[in-house]
Amino acid sequence: MSQPGIVIVGAGHGGGTVAALLRQYGVEGPITLIGEEPAAPYQRPPLSKAWLKGDADLDGVQLKPLHFYAEHGIDLRTGVRVEAIDAAAKTVRLSDGEALTYASLILATGALARPLPIPGAELAGVLALRTLADAEALKAALAPGVRLAVIGGGYVGLEAAASARALGAEVVVIERERRLLARVACATLSAFFQSTHERHGVHFELSSGVTALEGDGRVQGVRLDDGRVVACDVALVGVGAIPNDEVAKAAGLDCSDGIRVDLDARTSDPSIYAIGDCTRRPMPLYDREHRLESVPNALEQAKACAAHIAGRPQPPPEVPWFWSDQYDLKLQIAGLPFDVEQVVVRGAPEDATFAVFHLDAQNRVQAVEAVNAAPEFMAGRQLIAKRKPVAPEALRDMSLSMKSIAAG
Amino acid sequence: MAKITYIEHDGAEHVLDVKPGLTVMEGAVKNNVPGIDADCGGACACATCHVYVDDAWTGKTGTASAMEESMLDFAEGVEPNSRLSCQIKVTEALDGLIVRMPESQH
Repeated sequence: MSQPGIVIVGAGHGGGTVAALLRQYGVEGPITLIGEEPAAPYQRPPLSKAWLKGDADLDGVQLKPLHFYAEHGIDLRTGVRVEAIDAAAKTVRLSDGEALTYASLILATGALARPLPIPGAELAGVLALRTLADAEALKAALAPGVRLAVIGGGYVGLEAAASARALGAEVVVIERERRLLARVACATLSAFFQSTHERHGVHFELSSGVTALEGDGRVQGVRLDDGRVVACDVALVGVGAIPNDEVAKAAGLDCSDGIRVDLDARTSDPSIYAIGDCTRRPMPLYDREHRLESVPNALEQAKACAAHIAGRPQPPPEVPWFWSDQYDLKLQIAGLPFDVEQVVVRGAPEDATFAVFHLDAQNRVQAVEAVNAAPEFMAGRQLIAKRKPVAPEALRDMSLSMKSIAAG
Repeated sequence: MAKITYIEHDGAEHVLDVKPGLTVMEGAVKNNVPGIDADCGGACACATCHVYVDDAWTGKTGTASAMEESMLDFAEGVEPNSRLSCQIKVTEALDGLIVRMPESQH
């Protein structure tokens, strides 16, 4: 038997990337990459956009071509689950019965679509959107005239709504909160995205809880908490994600809404790392821990983890960021709106080119949300990293370039 | 196929055959060439696939869109021949293309 190597659990964006980076950084020895889905690592962001619209194929979304893994000595095993970790014996037990011994273990188990615990959730035509298989099922269900009910006005739901409209489906978005994107964006952005979607023919039911999915074997309607029923042919549930940390918890790793890791992506067990959506990590710019669900976060942690294993210096901390494409809008968000005292809007939402800056009590930029406003996003990222105060009136002044504001 | 030479900041060269239809960024990432991060996967959202197009090729790689220009404007070490490699589509006409990478994408 060969000596124990690196075992990566989870072949998503984080797992696939850390495997490739380990080889890029010159790490030798066995690497096993275990994925529950049948597909090799692929990019999830296009699933709600290009994939639904038929503008992307498997080749296009795969992180690396299939031959890459064998060529780089990465033993890719798909369609296999990790059932348990024995941290004392340094082994993982797989769903096919095999036990693998590791020298280092990397958990990249991601997040799971949050289930909706209501009657009818198991009906045919009730879909989630997390995996390629989910996206295929939704794509197959969408056609001109098909009525789609989206439960949850978050990014996944809104991106799917935009794609569904492009395919000619009728769309109603049902949201429990009073506004869209309530957990993840400011009120200005919520209002802007709502009016944009309405202009594209999407209907909204805000402040509406969902009590049941109704239908005879197949979903036919979504019952709201005021008793009304939104008729539909297919329902997409996009009510957030939960960290996939059950196996880590059972192994005794320190978890608290995610596997707790340090800046090197190390867990409470010195032989076990964790990266991506399944982790709760320190946020050096914000002086707290946080769990992020984003590709850039998974990539940053993949780099930190691979660097630590390879004995390379750690890259400097990155400003967290995120993007979303809906219709012809590019939303780019940098930073996190913690400790915000003041919100400054630069530009005009009615022009569909604007940015919202979030400042703390010392007028330091904590976060920026930019719609079709790349300079504001890029300069905002630099300002967040610098932690220097900025005059709110300068941010409002369109005659000052973002370049000069960032340099000031 | 188009032969593309990717040159890392330290001079290491990677010569690859890239399928037309892919972008110059995808050619690098799918072959694990270091130095092009492409965090956003080609959405023109992050400016981490910055390259310098060899001067002999700048006429053939097209021009940057307004979005790409504004992203590049804030990247480190921008030169007149800077491009985001996710925005350059590979065609047979780019057979022989040479791109160089900046010291860092972050």
